[in-house]
Amino acid sequence: MQLIPCPWCGPREEAEFHYGGQAHVAYPGDPSALSDEEWARYVFFRENPSGPFAERWSHNAGCRRWFNAVRDTRTHDLLAVYRVGEPMPEVTA
Amino acid sequence: MSFRTDTGGAIDRNTLLRFTFNGVEHTGHPGDTLASALLANGVHEIGSSVKLGRPRGVVAAGSEDPTSLVQVEAPFSEPMLLATTVELYDGLVARGLAGQGKLSSEPDPARYDAKHEHCDVLVVGAGPAGLVAALTAARSGARVVLVDEQNQAGGALLGVDEYLDDRPSAEWVADIVAELKSTPDVLVLERTTAFGMYQDGFVLALQKRTDHLGFAAPASVARQRVWRIRTRQTVLATGAHERPVVFADNDRPGIMLASSARTFLHHYGVLPGSRAVVFTTNDSAYCAAIDLAESGVDIAVVVDARPEAPARLAAECAARGIEVRAGQLVTGTEGPGRVTAVQVGDDRIACDALLVSGGWNPVVSLFSQARGTLRYDAELGAFVPGRELATVRVAGSATGELDLTACTRQGRDAGAGAAAAAGFTSGSQVPLPASDSRCTARSGLVLWRVPGNDDASFVDLQRDSTVADVLRATGAGLRSLEHIKRYTTIGTAHDQGKTSGMIAAGIVAEALGVELSEQRPTTFRPPFTSVSFAALAGRDRGDLHDPVRVTSIHPWHVQHGALFENVGQWKRPWYYPQPGEDLHAAVLRECRATRESVGMMDGSTLGKIDVQGRDAGEFLDMLYTNMMSNLKVGKIRYGVMCGVDGMVIDDGTVIRVGEERYIVTTTTGNAAKVLDWMEEWLQTEWPHLDVHCTSVTEHWATIPLVGPKSRAVLAAVAPSLDVSNEAFEFMTWHDTEVAGVPARVCRISFSGELAYEINVTAWHGLAVWEALMAAGERYGITPYGTETMHVLRAEKGYPIIGQETDATVTPQDLGMSWAVSKKKPDFIGKRSFARAENNRSDRKQLVGLLPVDPAVLLPEGSQIVETDRLPEPPVRMLGHVTSSYPSAALGRTFALALVRSGHERIGETLYVPVEDSLVPVTVTESVLYDKEGARRDG
Amino acid sequence: MTVSPLAAWRDRLAALAPVLDVAEVPFRSQLTVRVSDPDAIAAMGATLGVLFPSAACTFTSGTGRFGDVEVLWLGPDEFLVTASPGLRVTIEEVLRGALGTVRGSVVDTSAQRTTVVLQGAQGREVLAHGCSVDLHPAAAPVGTCVQTLLARTGIVLQVTGEDTLTVLVRSSFAEYFAAWLADACTEYLAVP
Ligand SMILES: [Zn+2]
Repeated sequence: MQLIPCPWCGPREEAEFHYGGQAHVAYPGDPSALSDEEWARYVFFRENPSGPFAERWSHNAGCRRWFNAVRDTRTHDLLAVYRVGEPMPEVTA
Repeated sequence: MSFRTDTGGAIDRNTLLRFTFNGVEHTGHPGDTLASALLANGVHEIGSSVKLGRPRGVVAAGSEDPTSLVQVEAPFSEPMLLATTVELYDGLVARGLAGQGKLSSEPDPARYDAKHEHCDVLVVGAGPAGLVAALTAARSGARVVLVDEQNQAGGALLGVDEYLDDRPSAEWVADIVAELKSTPDVLVLERTTAFGMYQDGFVLALQKRTDHLGFAAPASVARQRVWRIRTRQTVLATGAHERPVVFADNDRPGIMLASSARTFLHHYGVLPGSRAVVFTTNDSAYCAAIDLAESGVDIAVVVDARPEAPARLAAECAARGIEVRAGQLVTGTEGPGRVTAVQVGDDRIACDALLVSGGWNPVVSLFSQARGTLRYDAELGAFVPGRELATVRVAGSATGELDLTACTRQGRDAGAGAAAAAGFTSGSQVPLPASDSRCTARSGLVLWRVPGNDDASFVDLQRDSTVADVLRATGAGLRSLEHIKRYTTIGTAHDQGKTSGMIAAGIVAEALGVELSEQRPTTFRPPFTSVSFAALAGRDRGDLHDPVRVTSIHPWHVQHGALFENVGQWKRPWYYPQPGEDLHAAVLRECRATRESVGMMDGSTLGKIDVQGRDAGEFLDMLYTNMMSNLKVGKIRYGVMCGVDGMVIDDGTVIRVGEERYIVTTTTGNAAKVLDWMEEWLQTEWPHLDVHCTSVTEHWATIPLVGPKSRAVLAAVAPSLDVSNEAFEFMTWHDTEVAGVPARVCRISFSGELAYEINVTAWHGLAVWEALMAAGERYGITPYGTETMHVLRAEKGYPIIGQETDATVTPQDLGMSWAVSKKKPDFIGKRSFARAENNRSDRKQLVGLLPVDPAVLLPEGSQIVETDRLPEPPVRMLGHVTSSYPSAALGRTFALALVRSGHERIGETLYVPVEDSLVPVTVTESVLYDKEGARRDG
Repeated sequence: MTVSPLAAWRDRLAALAPVLDVAEVPFRSQLTVRVSDPDAIAAMGATLGVLFPSAACTFTSGTGRFGDVEVLWLGPDEFLVTASPGLRVTIEEVLRGALGTVRGSVVDTSAQRTTVVLQGAQGREVLAHGCSVDLHPAAAPVGTCVQTLLARTGIVLQVTGEDTLTVLVRSSFAEYFAAWLADACTEYLAVP
């Protein structure tokens, strides 16, 4: 059972969290202006890197806050957590 | 004949324990394991092997034993236990296994539980290194947990008869344990095996708490406990397992690891036989030979594979009349079952025990699980821990160190280092003990196998895997140990290859002509020792298996004989059968009563979310497909929610309670999901919006009051409310008092009938329900459950999210284009509605189906085909039946279905395969009852 | 006529007394407050006679015109105000007044959760069977307030005294919580 450091509550067990997929995928400003392909890219396509990956987590069973985390997908190690709106920090994997 | 010594060992000779093994009664003593008691009775044949049926005995004294598998039959049947780890109790009944056991068909009556424990320093293993590590950490003030799999601390010291600082080692151990136990925030767990090491200092350990009490185990005490330990730093002092040497017919009962024979002698007061041959590649087995000789065992010969025997030990043997043959090998054994003779060179030496030592394998399983890398130590012939981890240290023989003082020094350093890393400064230093051991810690010769009959040279005794199997694997071109493990199954039994894995790796390396240092060892995975499912389940069984959520009105439903349906974790009344009624009869009655007079249900499980803020309207406009910001205060609107892909995810009503405040309802199953969905958008996309969402699902009890007489019933309990159609219009709400309780009454309908939804705080739910029942008595008010609710809504073509939808269904597919705003510039899902895929004419669409035979009930989930005869496969499926019921109102059966191009097919006849026949059905609109909506106003 | 979620459990909870004094404290007034503006937070605190908690995972208590009031930190802009029964309507009004036109919300959630008080030296031990948060007095001193999981339900756990724990549990999960707690005490009842 991995610990995930909630930026508000501190480290808690993974079971308290909900995964939200890739971070920094913004809702398009004007969806109607996008081509079908561009829209499909927003809806269906996500990165799947081997290594550091910025993703969203929600501390569901705790403070219910969404936050971002950089996770190394090879090890599951969380390299950094940061609050929504903050830029992705530099990490060394 | 008894093989019990007169003195010595940690057993109580004054107390007899009776037990039965393979149908024969024996006795043993407190302190025995089943294995030691059997050996004391001269019983060496425990079971037989899984594939070849060869007799098997006891190879090792502890949990590394590959062969002594038994099934305990009483007090409770439990398969696949090791006789070496079953503590003896009075009345134990067990039998040996032929490699596999049988699960009991009875529920296990014992309690099992789990407990979380947090510490600064976890020490695994209470041998000399672990004890010193734990005490060093404890003296620093750290929170320490010490786990050890034995029933008492001491580790390897339990199996020897040695002195530390000129006193019995047991005294040294006892002093340390006493100090640990009297130190605050130190937890010493005996009979506890750390079986899994995971990320972030998470270690699972299984404690056997009452197994050893047998029939006397108190029912109220958890028999086994899974400790969920979260530690900042870990010291692994897991020791080393003695490694055998493989030779022909090395699997006979009576062939045992030398150190294990020594352990049976010193810890249990048991002799392995009358006449023993010792076969070794290193010094340590000499101590076994000398100790056993001094206890009366005739040591026929010590066969030392090394060209020269160690002079001092050889002299000690000579002084006791023990022959030592250096530079020789055991090449085979004989015996009908148990070994009766050993072949050494050209000599056949009679014996009833063969004690083998091939060196030592550090126990690196947990270190490896913790992602520690392993390195091959050529001198030791074993994989040892590589680089230390930031939070995991290794001490003692688990590092490959064999000298006791050096081991304890490592323990002290590791304990101090771990405590320091956790932020504690060391306390007074723990002195290191001096040992009188005659066996020096010299490494021996690395010898994996003695050439001979490969088909009878067993590498993994439990899997019946031989040298021949390994060579077959390498001969077939396999090179990776992982592949060979799977091909040969070596290391996949209960013991996870504790005694066989290293040897297999060595034989593979030899066969391939590669260095072991270039081979990657197989990955160690939890659990280190077997853990029963009962222990893993713990208390999450029976009523506690999954929470049962109930509403405030639940006790009434129980009292009135409701049968329940699970909706998510909720228990909802399914129907309320009267005597003699089955589901269909009860539901027809409930439906009829509701459509003809008045019915009532418990709708408290509906999700309810309070949405407040200046931008609440704008927010809801984005979430729902239709417009919510223009809803007037006092009004209610039905809404559909889609994902960004345009697929329906939930529906419900939106109630505007104030200029900046709405209450939205969700389906029962999606309450938490919808709130999460809202928070996700608010927090991650639109933090600028002034909106806050709060769940009030359980604050409110919700009671739909449904049917033409609902107005009269409501009027009777809400005297201050004008219930007339003019004053209380459809899709509006009023705050009032119902049965004297503040209530919010909404006029909404999920059945097409005149209906009200009464909301009161959950504390008042039961009282208001009862008041409504009383007020409705003169109209024959009928409580109904989810089944009737489903029929009533299906007759009106109202879809149920999750039944008519499955994440591939759009509002348009459901015929709900009317609920999709054309005016709003954007909302979640809107852009997807313009995708080509969403506009295909052959999308599956919601329609009604009327079986041509009005008595035929279509099974839900049935497929739908186009023709009255099935063509050759593949048959084109047009869709499936989503809901199907008999209807009191329609006087016939009906169904809802998702059908390709369904909306264009209205009027067509399609076919539904039901068992062997094709049932003809007529496609209709989804609304089958009261199409003109005449019943809505009562 | 009001019924609290654990009314039917009163005797069974009381029977745990040798181990823990467990009692539901029903019908407490509970208001969920969402606010982040420091002035509004101060104003709300002032009107209740209690300082809102400024540290995550803590709660504060105070006494004012509504008697003893506690404010629980539930999230960075989320608080739960709890007080004696019968005050929910007035406190909601007062808090709404203190909030004024500032961004935020006040919602009556009194019946959403029920309150259970566990008193006894073994309370932390018993909860450790299902709660992964470190409950050691050094890690969870008096004043701690965490939202977490207990076995298979969410709870709000307040450390209200050296040997007193207060658990807020969703009403629909209350019976599960009570059943879990009673079962967890089985062993402690047997081995005093
Ligand atoms: Zn949090």
